[in-house]
Amino acid sequence: MSNQAENLATQMADSTAAEQPNNEQRVHALVLTGFGINCEEELAAAYRLAGGAATIVHFNEVLGGQTSIHDYDVLNFPGGFSFGDDLGSGVVMANKVRFRKLPSGRTLLEEIGAFIQAGGYVVGICNGFQMLVKMGLLPDFAGQQEREVTLTHNASGRYEDRWVRLAVNPNNRSPFLKGLTSLEVPVRHGEGRLVIRDEQVRSRILAEGLNCLTYCDTTGCETAVYPLNPNGAELNCAGLSDTTGHVFGLMPHPEAFLSLYNHPDWARRKRLDPTLSEEGDGLKLFRNIVEHIRQTRAAQPTEATANQVSL
Amino acid sequence: MSNTASHTIQLIPRPGQHDGEGARVAEAARRHLHLHTGAVQTSAVYTVRYPLTAAQLQSFAAQCLQDPLLNDAALDQWAVAPEFKSYILVAKGPGVTDDEGTSAQNALQDFLGLDLDIRTQHIFSKRLYLLEKELPETDLRHLAEELLGNKLINRFVVGHTAQGIRDFTPQPGGGADSTTHTIRLEHLTDEELVQLSKENVYALNLEEMQAIRDHFYAPATQISRAEAGLTPDPTDCELEILAQTWSEHCKHKEFAAVIRYRNAVTGEEKEVDGLFKTYIKGATSEVDRLLRANGNDWLIKVFSDNAGAVRINKDSLFVWKVETHNSPSAIDPYGGAITGILGNNRDPLATGIGGARLLFNTNVLCFGPPNWSGPLLTGQLHPRRVFEGVRKGIEDGGNKSGVPTVNGAIVFDERYRGKPLVYCGTGAVLPMQLDGKDAWEKIIDAGDRIIMAGGRVGKDGIHGATFSSIELDEAAPATAVQIGSPITQKLAMDFLLLATRRGLIKCSTDNGAGGLSSSVGELAGISGGATVELEKVPLKYPGLRPWEIFLSESQERFTLVVEPSKLAELNALAAEMEVELSDIGQFTDNGRLDVTFDGQPVASLALEFLHEGVPRKVLDAEWQLPTLHEPKLPASLDATDLLIKLLGALNICSREAVIRQYDHEVKGRTVVKPLMGRTGQAPQDAAVVQFNFESWEGVAVSNGILPRYGDIDPYQMSAGAFDEAVRQIISVGGKLPNLTPGDGIFWSVNDNFCVPDSVYDPVTNPDGKQKLAALVQLCEALRDMCVAYHIPLTSGKDSMKNDFKADGQKISVPPTVLYSMTALMPDVRRAVTSDFKAAGDVVYLLGDTYDELGGSELYHLFGELGQNVPRVRPEQAKELYQKVSEAHEQNLILSCHDLSDGGLAVAVAESLFGDDNLGAELTLAGALPAPTELFSESHSRFVATVAPEDVVAFEALMNGRATRLGIVTDNGRLVIRHQDKTVVDAATADLREAWSNGPVNRVMAGEELTLQA
Repeated sequence: MSNQAENLATQMADSTAAEQPNNEQRVHALVLTGFGINCEEELAAAYRLAGGAATIVHFNEVLGGQTSIHDYDVLNFPGGFSFGDDLGSGVVMANKVRFRKLPSGRTLLEEIGAFIQAGGYVVGICNGFQMLVKMGLLPDFAGQQEREVTLTHNASGRYEDRWVRLAVNPNNRSPFLKGLTSLEVPVRHGEGRLVIRDEQVRSRILAEGLNCLTYCDTTGCETAVYPLNPNGAELNCAGLSDTTGHVFGLMPHPEAFLSLYNHPDWARRKRLDPTLSEEGDGLKLFRNIVEHIRQTRAAQPTEATANQVSL
Repeated sequence: MSNTASHTIQLIPRPGQHDGEGARVAEAARRHLHLHTGAVQTSAVYTVRYPLTAAQLQSFAAQCLQDPLLNDAALDQWAVAPEFKSYILVAKGPGVTDDEGTSAQNALQDFLGLDLDIRTQHIFSKRLYLLEKELPETDLRHLAEELLGNKLINRFVVGHTAQGIRDFTPQPGGGADSTTHTIRLEHLTDEELVQLSKENVYALNLEEMQAIRDHFYAPATQISRAEAGLTPDPTDCELEILAQTWSEHCKHKEFAAVIRYRNAVTGEEKEVDGLFKTYIKGATSEVDRLLRANGNDWLIKVFSDNAGAVRINKDSLFVWKVETHNSPSAIDPYGGAITGILGNNRDPLATGIGGARLLFNTNVLCFGPPNWSGPLLTGQLHPRRVFEGVRKGIEDGGNKSGVPTVNGAIVFDERYRGKPLVYCGTGAVLPMQLDGKDAWEKIIDAGDRIIMAGGRVGKDGIHGATFSSIELDEAAPATAVQIGSPITQKLAMDFLLLATRRGLIKCSTDNGAGGLSSSVGELAGISGGATVELEKVPLKYPGLRPWEIFLSESQERFTLVVEPSKLAELNALAAEMEVELSDIGQFTDNGRLDVTFDGQPVASLALEFLHEGVPRKVLDAEWQLPTLHEPKLPASLDATDLLIKLLGALNICSREAVIRQYDHEVKGRTVVKPLMGRTGQAPQDAAVVQFNFESWEGVAVSNGILPRYGDIDPYQMSAGAFDEAVRQIISVGGKLPNLTPGDGIFWSVNDNFCVPDSVYDPVTNPDGKQKLAALVQLCEALRDMCVAYHIPLTSGKDSMKNDFKADGQKISVPPTVLYSMTALMPDVRRAVTSDFKAAGDVVYLLGDTYDELGGSELYHLFGELGQNVPRVRPEQAKELYQKVSEAHEQNLILSCHDLSDGGLAVAVAESLFGDDNLGAELTLAGALPAPTELFSESHSRFVATVAPEDVVAFEALMNGRATRLGIVTDNGRLVIRHQDKTVVDAATADLREAWSNGPVNRVMAGEELTLQA
C-alpha cells in the first residue's frame, strides 16, 4: 500500500483509523468508497471492533493502481448509492470493475478472480451486494461472471428502512456465518428483490446451500410475508455466497448493528435483562471472518503471506 | 456533435417480469384522476448523441444498460406491443439535471475505455409509458403533468401509438452570448423605477432603487467607472448582483428594519431597533455572558458563518444549521426539497475552512391537508402532491448522500396549502484543527485564488434569492427551479473532506442563493475585494450571458479559497476524485468586486455599497386582541372515543410510512431512532446520535413547532415551541446547560421564522401591522426563553413572504417558527426512550396540568380554537427539568415521553405502542374535568415510568413534582379512571391500530381519502 493511500485512508476515516497499530499480523480489510458509497465508516469500524484492521480507500485508488487489493485479506464493497442507483443499483460501479483496465493491463474483475484464487475474501453489503451480483460474481456457477441472478426493485416499490430477522442456512459456505443460526439486522434498500434466472440456477443455489441468509419470522421460520420479507425476494433470500464460500453478499446491514444501542428495542431489552451484552449481532460476522483468517494463517504459517504476493 | 449521430436505446420489461411502476401509474391514474388507462408498461429510454457504430451501440446496451434477467433492449426503433394504444414520453427540459444520463455516459466511457467528455450532456434519459387504452391527448397530458413529472422541468410528448411515437431530446443552446446590457436609471420616475424592478424580478422597492440610482450617478462613482472602462449607466450584471445581495433572502431586511410597535391591548409602545439585533443576537450575547461567567466557553461561532459551531471536546466542534426551502417546493416539490436538503448540507460542509463530516439530517414539513377537497388556484399544486414530492425529495436527498434522517415532524394546516414549509436541518462534526489551523476560521488574503468546485453552470435557479423574497404567484419563473444531484454533491463532499485535511484549502463556502455573486461577494468582504473572470466558469451548455453565469444557482457547487502554491496538488486530487475545479479569479484588497468576461469589465461594485448600502426599512406593527372564546363541549363525552379519534387525527397519527422511506441509521450511530420498541412503532421524542465509534459521546436532536397556538397568542406559541424542543431533549436524558460551572454541556439552537407578508399595505396587506406585531411577540418570547434556560441561538433563517397569490386570491401561512435544538449527550447508552418497558413499572406524570385546551387537538376535533392557550412557566419548568435530569443521572427513569399534541392521554397511549402486550391502569386525581386532565396540552410535562424498587428514591428526589398515576400492566389494556369513573378503557392493539391506520400512512399507501379536509 502506498503512503498516499495510507494517508488517504487515515483521513477518510478521521479519528477512527488514526490509532490503528501498524501490525502486520492483523487481519486487514480493504474498504472501498467513493462515487456514492456511504457505509464505509461503520464497515471499517466493524473490522476494528472485531480485532482486525481496516483501510478505507477511494475506488479510483484501486483502479489507478495506487492500492493493490492483493495486499489485503478481505475486499469490501460497502452499501450506499453508487452513481445514485442510475441504470439499476450497482450497475455503473460493476461496469467499472468489469471494463476499466488497471495499470496491470487487467480489469479489476480479473484481479478479484486472482485474489479469490489466492484465498482472499470478498464481501458486498447492500449496494455492494448489488455490485457483486451485477459483476456476475454471485453465484457464478458457470465461472464466467455471467449474471445468473439479479437484484431489483422491492415488490412494495419503495425504499424502506426496517429491521428484519434472518435465518442462517446450516449448509452455508461462508466463514462470516460460522456458528450462527439467526440474527437481527436492518435492511435499508429499494432494490433488494432477488430474481433468479431460471430453474436450474435456483435448484443449484438450494442444493449447494448458497442462499446462506433467509428472511424469517420471530420463531426462525422462513417467510414470504411482508414486511418480514421486506422486498419479495425469491427463496426469501437475503444473502448469497459463491460455491467457494469466498464471495459473500447480503442486502441487510450487519455493520449497522455493532452495538446493542443500534437495535430499535435495546432499551426495553436492557430493562428486562440488565446484563445484556453491549455487542450487536452484526459484529459477530466480522469477529468470525477475522478469527477464520487468523486460524487459517496459523494452520498454514508458510502461506500467511500468500495473498500478499504481487500478482 | 451533429444530431445525425443520435441513437435510441429502449429497455422494456421482459415477458413475465413484474412492471411495478406501470401498475402503480395505472392505479394512481384511476384513484386520483379517475382515468382508466388499462395496463401501463414503462420503459427506460436513452438517447445517445455520441457517434457509435451499430456494434458498439448493441454491446453498450447489452453490457451496460440492459439487465438480461429483467428487460429486453430495442435499438434505434420503438418497441410497442400492439395492445398499447397511447403513449406518454417524459423527457427533461434543456439544462435540467439528468443524473441518469450522466451515469450512462460514465458507463459508456468505462465500457469503451475512451476518455470521453462526460461533463457535457450527450446521453439523455427519458421514460416512455405505454397505455392500453386510447385516451384523448388532453387526458394523457393531464396524467403526465399530475403523476409523471412537472411541466416546469419535464417535456411531455403524448399521442396515439398508431401514429408512431414522437421523440423529444433537448437541443444544446446556440452560440455563447457575451452580451452585457446597460440599464439607464438616471431621470427615471419613481413609477418607472418600481416597474423596472418588477419586470426584472429584482424584488427591490422604490427606496432601494433610488439608493442604487443615486449611488451610480454620484460623481465619485462616475469617475471610478470611467477608470474601470465601464459605462456611466449600470450594467445588467451590476443590477442583478445588487438585487441578489440586497434580497430579503440574503440581507434579511425585515429582521433588520426599525419597527414602530404598538400593543393596543396594553397600550405599550416601543421602537424595536431590528428584530435580529434586539432579540436573536441580543439573546445569544446575553446567554454567552451567562455561560462564560460560569466557565462554559463552548460557544465558538454564532451567526457569522454558514452554520453555528460549538465545542464538543478539545478535538472537535459540532456544527448545526437549519433552513427553509419553501418557494421552490411549492412549484416543484421534489426538486425543491432535494435542493433544499442538499443545499442545507453544504452549509455545515463549508463552515470555517470546510470539510465537516455530516452526521445527520432532520426535517420539519408543513403541508395543507392531503385530503383537501376545496378548489385549487391557478398554478397551485394539490397538497397531496406537494407532500409526496417533498417526501421523495427528502428520501433521495438524504439517503443518496449517506446522511441519516434521524427525526422530524409533519404539521398539517389548510393555510399551508398555498406555500408549504420545508425545513431542512443538518448536524456535522468538524475537527477543531485542520492541518494545524483553527477549523472554524475563514481567513482570506489578497492573491488567494477563487476556485469553483462541483457541478457545471446552467440557467437553473436564476433569481432564486429574489424569487423567494416575493410572494408566489401563477407566473412563477421556470428558471427558478433546480433539481439537486446527490451523487455530484457526494463526490464534491468526499473531495472536500480530504482536501481540507491535507491543508489544500484555506477556506470554503457554498454556492446557494445568488450563486457565485453571493458566495464570492460575501468572501470578498473578508479579503477586501475580488476579481472574477466569468469566461472561465464551465457551462452545462452555451448561451448564458455573463450576468446569468454569475447569478446561476446551479447546484452542488462550492467556492474554495486556495493559495496559489497549493493549486497544483489540489487539482491533482480533484482529478483523481473526479471533481471538476475551475480557477475563476482571485481575491484582492482594493475594496471592489470586479467581474470581467473575456477581459471586458461587466461589473465593478464598491463592496461597501454592495454590503452596507441598502436603505434600512421602517415598518409599523400594531397588536389588536383577536376575538376568542372558550367553547362549551358536549357534557357527555366518551373519552375513549375521543382518544381513538385523536390518535387518528392528521397531526397526531403515525408517520411510519414516511419515516421508513428515510434511512435513519446509515453511519450506524443512531441510538434513539424515530420509532422504537418491540413493535418498532413507538414514537420517540428527541433523536440521539453517537458522534463516532471510539466514545459514547453523542448529541440529542429535537424540534419544536406549534403554529396553531399562534392564532391565540403568538408570544405563547413561540415560548411553547421553544419549551417543546427543550423538554424533548430532557426527556431522552439530556440536561440543561450551565447548571454547573464548566460542565461543557453544549446546546446549539437554530431559529427559523416563516411568516406571511407582514409589511402593511392598505390595499394588498391590510392586516400587515397585526402580522408584524405577531412576529415581534414571537421574537420577544424567543429572547425570554433563551435567557431563562441559558440556551444560545447559533444560526437560523427567516422567510418573510410565505403567501401564494393567484386568481385574485391570497393564501397565507400562519406565522410559524421552528426551534431546532441539539445538546450534548455525554453517554448515549444512558438515553431513555419513550416506550413503557415492563409490567409492574410505576407510571408518573411529571409537571402540572392546567385548564389549557386553547389551540388543542381536542378543540380542533370540534372545529374550535378556544382561548386558554398553554402558557410556559419557565422558572417552574427549569426546576422540573433539573430534577428530571437528576433522576436520569441516578438511572431512576425507565421510560420518558414528553406531553404535546393530545396531552396526557395521547402520550400514555403512544408509550404503549412499543408492545401490544403491555397496558396501564391509571387514576387521575386532579380536580379538573376529565377531558381537561386527559387532553389539555399544558407545557413542560412528561409521562415517565420507574421500577417499583426505585419508587421511594424517585419520589423523594422529585419532591412533589411527580404525580403517581398507576402501573404498567401485562393485559394489553389502557384503563384510566378519573373521580371514581372509568373514563378510558381500550385495548392497546386497538389504540395502535387507530394510530397506525391514520390518514398519513393511508395517503402514503396511495389511498384517496374522503375525510373532511
